Amino acid sequence: MLAQDGTLTGAPVMNDEQVLEALRLMILTRTFDEKATAMQRQGRFGTFSSVRGQEASVVGCSFALDPEKDWLAPQYRELPALLRHGYPMENFALYFMGNPRGGAIPENVNMLPLQISLAAQIPQATGVAWGLKLQGSDGVVVTFFGDGASSEGDVHESMNLAGVTKAPVIFFLQNNGWAISTPRKNQTAARSFAERALGYGIYGVTVDGNDLLAVHQVTAEAVARARAGEGATLIESVTYRTGAHNTADDPSRYIDQAELDEWVKKDPIERVENYLRAKGVWTDETAQAMRDDCAAEIDAAMTKARAVPLAGPEALFDHVYVDPPQRMTAQRQSWIERTAGA
Amino acid sequence: MSEKTMVEAIRECMRQEMEANDKVVVIGEDVGKLGGVFRATDGLQAQFGDQRVVDMPLAEGVIIGSGIGLAISGLRPIIELQFLGFGHQAFHQIGQQVARLRFRSQGRHSLPLVIRSPYGGGVRTPELHSDAFEAYYTHTPGLKVIAPASAYDAKGLLAEAIASDDPVLFLEPLKGYRLVKDEVPDERYRIPLGKLRVMREGTDVTLIAWSAASVMVNQAAEELAAQGISAEVLDLRSLTPLDIDGIAASVAKTGRVAVIQEAPLTGGFASEIIATIQEECFYSLQAPILRITAPDTPYPLGGVEDYFVPDAARVVAEVSALMSESA
Repeated sequence: MLAQDGTLTGAPVMNDEQVLEALRLMILTRTFDEKATAMQRQGRFGTFSSVRGQEASVVGCSFALDPEKDWLAPQYRELPALLRHGYPMENFALYFMGNPRGGAIPENVNMLPLQISLAAQIPQATGVAWGLKLQGSDGVVVTFFGDGASSEGDVHESMNLAGVTKAPVIFFLQNNGWAISTPRKNQTAARSFAERALGYGIYGVTVDGNDLLAVHQVTAEAVARARAGEGATLIESVTYRTGAHNTADDPSRYIDQAELDEWVKKDPIERVENYLRAKGVWTDETAQAMRDDCAAEIDAAMTKARAVPLAGPEALFDHVYVDPPQRMTAQRQSWIERTAGA
Repeated sequence: MSEKTMVEAIRECMRQEMEANDKVVVIGEDVGKLGGVFRATDGLQAQFGDQRVVDMPLAEGVIIGSGIGLAISGLRPIIELQFLGFGHQAFHQIGQQVARLRFRSQGRHSLPLVIRSPYGGGVRTPELHSDAFEAYYTHTPGLKVIAPASAYDAKGLLAEAIASDDPVLFLEPLKGYRLVKDEVPDERYRIPLGKLRVMREGTDVTLIAWSAASVMVNQAAEELAAQGISAEVLDLRSLTPLDIDGIAASVAKTGRVAVIQEAPLTGGFASEIIATIQEECFYSLQAPILRITAPDTPYPLGGVEDYFVPDAARVVAEVSALMSESA
């Protein structure tokens, strides 16, 4: 829908106000990735995966959801969607600083925890969606995963179950070209990922994942179908991981530099800026003001996260059970006493 | 009160809990019209409909994984895993997800779900159906693992498991489904998780077992009595939580212990019990603790399984030897 120079080739489903809001989220997380990566190099932040290059894909999808009733089942590379759903940025920071408190999901935020075991969230997302439907809610669930995770058995099992139950779930597959160092061509011989939908009796669609408006539109259509009881959609969002897999990764060992250069030219943030600039609602001044504003928000979140005291030994035990076994309760006590004596 | 088989008691429990709470649903392979391969869910779909008793696609990973999602959405799923041997196909969802989601979300997502699964040997099943894999799950913090041996306990413990906000793996001895029969109240009742049952009182030796092995060990205790050996039989009922006080009280009384399990020896739950006894009541012991287990070999085909699964004759022989060596 949006050419790289910002030319519009369709009827946009987002008004300027929404596009500006989406752009802010894209810039916010791009800035977060840069700051957190710098902090990680200084030993002040843990190993984490940036969303660099995929901002339009994640944000376009997320803006089609109603956080009041829709659910997210993330992987770990979708910070913008988490923020829009209400998960606090300082929790995300705490999690990657190694503080278990970061895992806490506020009561009113409809979200599963970050998922490190690839694809394991997808059966759960399907179950939440099916459960919402069984209980008469019209909420939908979006689950994020990549071209790498698409090879996991959980993906097959989940899409199959979603077809059978007509669960209102959206399988948002970000084909970003890489699973750490393994290229997309090593994951599947199939021409496309979206075509798999046919085999499960669900909808499938491919979209330019660097086009905010296009991603938003196909996701909004999938959400409408799901709310109307028409079941699941597999969205293949074709994008590119222009950063490293994570801060411990060295893409220079495997990346195709020419391919990367081509994708960097398709930067999703620049594309939206070009669009808004042509409409006269974006200038160098507004761009700088927004970047300053985002940097301040991130600094505040990082300061807040650093002010949270490191959890004590009780963090090993808290929240494992509602009603813990007596043995674990005794261990908790002895761990606390031993640490206090140390 | 009337005499019921274990499978009847389990079915009656699910029916009553589903009548009492419309959030309770049953999902699994062949649980609908067929009523499950052991008929544990017989009649439930006819009574509650196909939205509450659901025949699932044959895919254990998503049966467990979607059960997690159902629980998060506000339901209380009872998930039938057709045989525990098939749990390997779902182990990533049980071990890393069911058991940890509450911990990983810092208390946000409790998982009030029960995974019911037939397990254990002795009924000549096809290959890969009969292993006693309980130790994988007792080694997984975040789960509760229950393994009843009587119909009365099965009904009361299952009701408690369904009411629990923690995830429970509920192991049902497939050998005991129809062989085990005892008096079971017709009304609803619950038995707390984590308390063992003294199946038989005795003074010379404590025999510790769970699930189908408890029934077998109780028969062995009869034969030992005829030889003048007074054996106390502890049916653990609950592996996690473990009734450490109940075990210690019996060991303090008898001073001799044999632990009997169907699973292979190395790394089995019997080892955990023995380590616990030496921590809690080493100085009560008058003899080394005996382990009676299967060998460290894969579960065999049915034609030779009687060599594999410990039986009453072996328990009698090994406990008699223990008594004479330590007299």
